[in-house]
Amino acid sequence: MGISILNDKCIGCKLCVPACPFGVITVAEKKALIGDACTLCGACEPACKFGAIKFAYETGPAADLSAYQGVWVFAEQRGGKLADVALELLGEGRQLATVLQQPLAAFLLGSGIGHLAKELIAFGAERVYVADHADLRGFIEDSYTTVLTEMARAQKPNIILLGATAIGRSLAPRVAARLGTGLTADCTGLAADPGTKDLLQTRPAFGGNVMATILTQNHRPQMATVRPRVFCPLPKDENRIGETVNWNLAKTVFDHRVKLLESMTAQDEKVNLAEAEIIVSAGRGLGDQKNLCLVKDLADALGGVVGASRAVVDAGWIAYQHQVGQTGKTVRPKLYVACGIHGAIQHLAGMQSAEVIVAINKNPEAPIFKVAHYGIVGDAMEVIPEMLKELKKAK
Amino acid sequence: MKIVVCIKQVPGTTEVKINPETNTLIREGIPNEINVLDLYAIEEALRLKERLGESTVVALSMGPPQAAESLRQTIALGADEAILLSDRAFAGADTLATAYTLAEAIKKIGDVSLILCGKQAVDGDTAQVGPEVAENLGWPHLTYVRKINEIGGQEVIAERMTDDGYERLSLPLPALLTVIKEINEPRLPGIKGQMRAKKAEIPIWTAESLNADPDRIGQKGSPTWVKKIFYPESTVTAEIIAGSPSEQAACVVERLKGLGMA
Repeated sequence: MGISILNDKCIGCKLCVPACPFGVITVAEKKALIGDACTLCGACEPACKFGAIKFAYETGPAADLSAYQGVWVFAEQRGGKLADVALELLGEGRQLATVLQQPLAAFLLGSGIGHLAKELIAFGAERVYVADHADLRGFIEDSYTTVLTEMARAQKPNIILLGATAIGRSLAPRVAARLGTGLTADCTGLAADPGTKDLLQTRPAFGGNVMATILTQNHRPQMATVRPRVFCPLPKDENRIGETVNWNLAKTVFDHRVKLLESMTAQDEKVNLAEAEIIVSAGRGLGDQKNLCLVKDLADALGGVVGASRAVVDAGWIAYQHQVGQTGKTVRPKLYVACGIHGAIQHLAGMQSAEVIVAINKNPEAPIFKVAHYGIVGDAMEVIPEMLKELKKAK
Repeated sequence: MKIVVCIKQVPGTTEVKINPETNTLIREGIPNEINVLDLYAIEEALRLKERLGESTVVALSMGPPQAAESLRQTIALGADEAILLSDRAFAGADTLATAYTLAEAIKKIGDVSLILCGKQAVDGDTAQVGPEVAENLGWPHLTYVRKINEIGGQEVIAERMTDDGYERLSLPLPALLTVIKEINEPRLPGIKGQMRAKKAEIPIWTAESLNADPDRIGQKGSPTWVKKIFYPESTVTAEIIAGSPSEQAACVVERLKGLGMA
């Protein structure tokens, strides 16, 4: 079993009992007992103040991983434009590469995208691998997985980072499974161990109630996805020097079993919440669908986009694309204004990392105030028009 | 057509909070439930069955013994069969090991045309298992599916959400799709369903039943492992702005201007 109670340290204080999300810990005769239904999730370990809970991992003999070198960033591009997250990952990649004393490279897949290599170099890539092929024009899992795994097997990078975008979250697990390696999703923190060359991957779990630091010790490449706006890009420097390597796809076999039939952009204006800097979000506290226009006005006045709580989407007031939260989108804007949003834990999981959070709610006990930087106890329907007046004054 | 729906029993995260005095996690209320997004996958499978006729829906889950309760729930909703993969040897599995185990079970079930999964589970939040199962089986997959337009003997046409909008693609069967909430409105179980569920037998398959490679399951089969768990520091204390709506508005706009955001 991977977990045990050290009986000499356990005093039966029972702090671990409610900490178990699955309810499998009991205390009998002043000693804790972990039941059979334990899933080895680890949530109990930090609950014990006496160090009585111990995780034991069978890591097996350490593999020789020294051949794996390099920090790679997937240079996601859509329609010939690099995704911001790719540049942000180059920024973080630079730090990791320095600690590890390994090269930093970007790998770029697409069709007619060779010119983007210069931009990647300007943002810090020492080398850019370019796979340019008609079959890579739009994102299809099969072709991208084939090329990426080919490149990874040939070049043996130590680390591969991808944005946790719609593309990244579909591509990364497929590649990880094909390479038989570990993947950690939605990392909010990364660090490198210069000795072991391990990547320490930190991410939230249980809706953000708990943080976990994860390692892929015995497998390479170590893969991780990171959400947009978690890291910052390096300043663009056109004088940076880098190498472009055109990947030879002559022998690559592309599978055409999956076909793209139609591509549709969002019906209303493009709502990319994940990359938005300012989001004004609507909750049920607004009372009625027609009141959403106030939220839209405020978003326009601040130069942001409209978000929504699950309740509002479920009520049919606004399309699912606007939903912020655990079953919607996770966002990290500079500014998040929550209007009439209660702050259920699943909503907070989707927005609590915003730099500045303003919350407006009639209920002073609303949990949204626990994560807000500025709280207004009041009726959003009264406060927002006043805010619009104030914002107009500035202009 | 045989449709498999992969489900996961998860803690009721609504009820998981941090106790500010002891700084530990507290789970209150109902400890376990079906992962909410899986309900949408089950619903879609049931609708496909209704649409196509002559189909079976099999619910599958890897978990500890109590996960059988969630599987029973799928029977109540209308699934024809439910299978639990449970074995001490499966515990501690990360997404790779879980995907291997589920894929082996699907191979054992045999003759499966379509696998539906929820986009992600609300405890791990990785959204990795679906695509990894597809890779293990060598099947095509799509994530973030909001609609299944057509499905026939050889092919499925579905729409997936992208960062910029939507795309419609065709995939040959067998295939795996992970679904988002937009796809449907899940039904509630009826009395008949609940009675069926009470009587249903849920077989338990172990590592031996699957002839699973011991190096690919459970902790052993997991390249990732948790080095440390800690509680995030709650660093925010709200500045509560008092006054009339116009005073509150003036104050907050001033704060935002000071931060360069207005």
